[in-house]
Amino acid sequence: MLGPILETLIGGLLTGILYSLVALGFVLIFKASGVFNFAQGAMVLFAALALARLSEVMPFLLALALSALIMIALAYAIEFLVLRHLVNQEGIILFMATLGITYFLDGFGQSVWGSDIYKIRLGLPQDPIFILESMFPGGLLIDPAELVAAVICAVMVAVLAVFFQVTRVGRALRAVADDHQAAQSVGIPLNHIWLMVWAVSGLVALVAGMIWGAKLGVQFSISLVALKALPVLILGGLTSIPGAIVGGLIIGAGEKLAEVLLSPVLIRWFDLAGGGIENWFAYVLALVFLLVRPQGLFGERIIERI
Amino acid sequence: MLYREVGQFKTSYAADQAIFPIAQDRWFVLALVVFAFIGVPLIANQYLYTEVLIPVLILSLAAIGLNILTGYCGQLSLGTGGFMAVGAYAAYNLALRVPEVNLILVFLFGGLMATLVGILFGLPSLRIKGFYLAVATLAAQFFLEWAFARVKWFTNYAPSGSVAVGQLDVFGIPIDTPGRHYLLVLSIVVILALAATNLVRGRIGRTWMAMRDMDIAAEIIGIRPLHAKLSAFAISSFYIGVAGALWGFVRLGSWEPLAFDINRSFQVLFMVIIGGLGSILGSFLGAAFIVLTPIFLNQLPNLIGISLSTAAISHIEFMLFGALIVFFLIVEPHGFARLWAIGKEKLRLWPFPY
Repeated sequence: MLGPILETLIGGLLTGILYSLVALGFVLIFKASGVFNFAQGAMVLFAALALARLSEVMPFLLALALSALIMIALAYAIEFLVLRHLVNQEGIILFMATLGITYFLDGFGQSVWGSDIYKIRLGLPQDPIFILESMFPGGLLIDPAELVAAVICAVMVAVLAVFFQVTRVGRALRAVADDHQAAQSVGIPLNHIWLMVWAVSGLVALVAGMIWGAKLGVQFSISLVALKALPVLILGGLTSIPGAIVGGLIIGAGEKLAEVLLSPVLIRWFDLAGGGIENWFAYVLALVFLLVRPQGLFGERIIERI
Repeated sequence: MLYREVGQFKTSYAADQAIFPIAQDRWFVLALVVFAFIGVPLIANQYLYTEVLIPVLILSLAAIGLNILTGYCGQLSLGTGGFMAVGAYAAYNLALRVPEVNLILVFLFGGLMATLVGILFGLPSLRIKGFYLAVATLAAQFFLEWAFARVKWFTNYAPSGSVAVGQLDVFGIPIDTPGRHYLLVLSIVVILALAATNLVRGRIGRTWMAMRDMDIAAEIIGIRPLHAKLSAFAISSFYIGVAGALWGFVRLGSWEPLAFDINRSFQVLFMVIIGGLGSILGSFLGAAFIVLTPIFLNQLPNLIGISLSTAAISHIEFMLFGALIVFFLIVEPHGFARLWAIGKEKLRLWPFPY
């Protein structure tokens, strides 16, 4: 019994890392500009579509570079056409604007790149590997593609952490995240910083799109992965990069374990037509955590004054 | 304006607190309602009824509900679709299991069940705020959607998972033509919209607005957050539940949980934002805009004489819709209701400069 559960747990943790990859894009933008960017999922889809279609006609690395340029251009367009005009608006208005961008990108991406299912070939190893064969009969099955994805994700988090902590731009980003006005008054150009943040989160979306695309195939349903990133986000705290990672691990492991352990019980008790509790379990899990810590596990404590 | 409010003196508290204090406004609104009840049935055809008028009215009701919660009480909710589903499925089950109940009571039952579920999912709002709450309400959306797809009892063990309602009748009058559907929906929407207008002007509406503007300050002046927030969730869910029951019974006739998925939540939220947060009139304007825009965009390629594949049309529709939303948010972030108010203020003095 322990073997399969452990296997599910590992699978869940690895999937969770992929969720946190998407959540990371949200956090970057929310931290720096206070925009709750619902379009992150659409950006992931857009990037994956661009990469898949471009790599059909050119070498993969060239396609990757070109897609990165496209994502940066997209970030510029969003900043220039939308955000610049909505400075100082309330959070909910900005949120709605990103919803509008989501619709636009979904339609635009599929008109430009096509709406079939495309493949991204990363050349990841396909054969499952088995570990700990001495401890469990048959060992534990691990999907090597997910393992590679987890490594890529870890590298990216490390790079982002260094970028934020050490570089000049990273310091400016943290300053803006702390206090817009103070940052502006010491001469940090807000528009450049926002552009930078959107570009970085566009690149994060590209990496997420690449890995999810290789895993599921590039299709419309990729943009729904973003919905899975939302509970990760609030569980970890909207402003915390480590939170996005830890939240991803908790959600990934929690929902896979729930599907295996809780689903059969629910089906038996309530006479259900099949399980599929993965769809909402992540949200309820996040909700329970929030009841204890309303700002998420690592979010900044909200201090309210009158 | 085209009319003057000069010389209309308010000599009693009742006159001062009237919904439409100016006589011309009163007559205009009355004329509009009379036209909706008598004039429209004379000129409307079936297409206008089923594709435009009925959806706009029902979704206006849902938008009023969400506006009470988001616009007046400041609690952002993305679970509208789920609460509509509760209304629809509760009404379906009552009509199925107790067939002799009057249709109006069936709709009210749908609303009441949605109220209960709404209060339940509103409880976290006492601790969680802002976008955290918005994502938490998604839990309601996905859980409810899942429950209606999986729990067989709700769908009366239908193998396909979709449910259908039979013949509708109210007080012995069969509701069988689009025209009668329209009149039924219109009556319910007018009554509930009037009730909402009065609610938000009254004591309870003021507590909601105080809560929205600054919850801690509201608490200090003696407003109980528990009451204010949960009553907003309850009443909002009631409206949304009735709208859901109407949507299922009148607009669709037979439906699956997919009819109330997250896109429905976003659709209603768009109506509230585009129409104007904290405005009953805005809910109607927003609903009309959001329902009519896709119809118009759908016709656009025919109008300008180019032929495209259906997939391409739907993608372009998405694009234009998204672009329009962003455009409107940039031009007027406070929605149509604000535009209306500005226009009225300008016309009040027109053609004189002051």
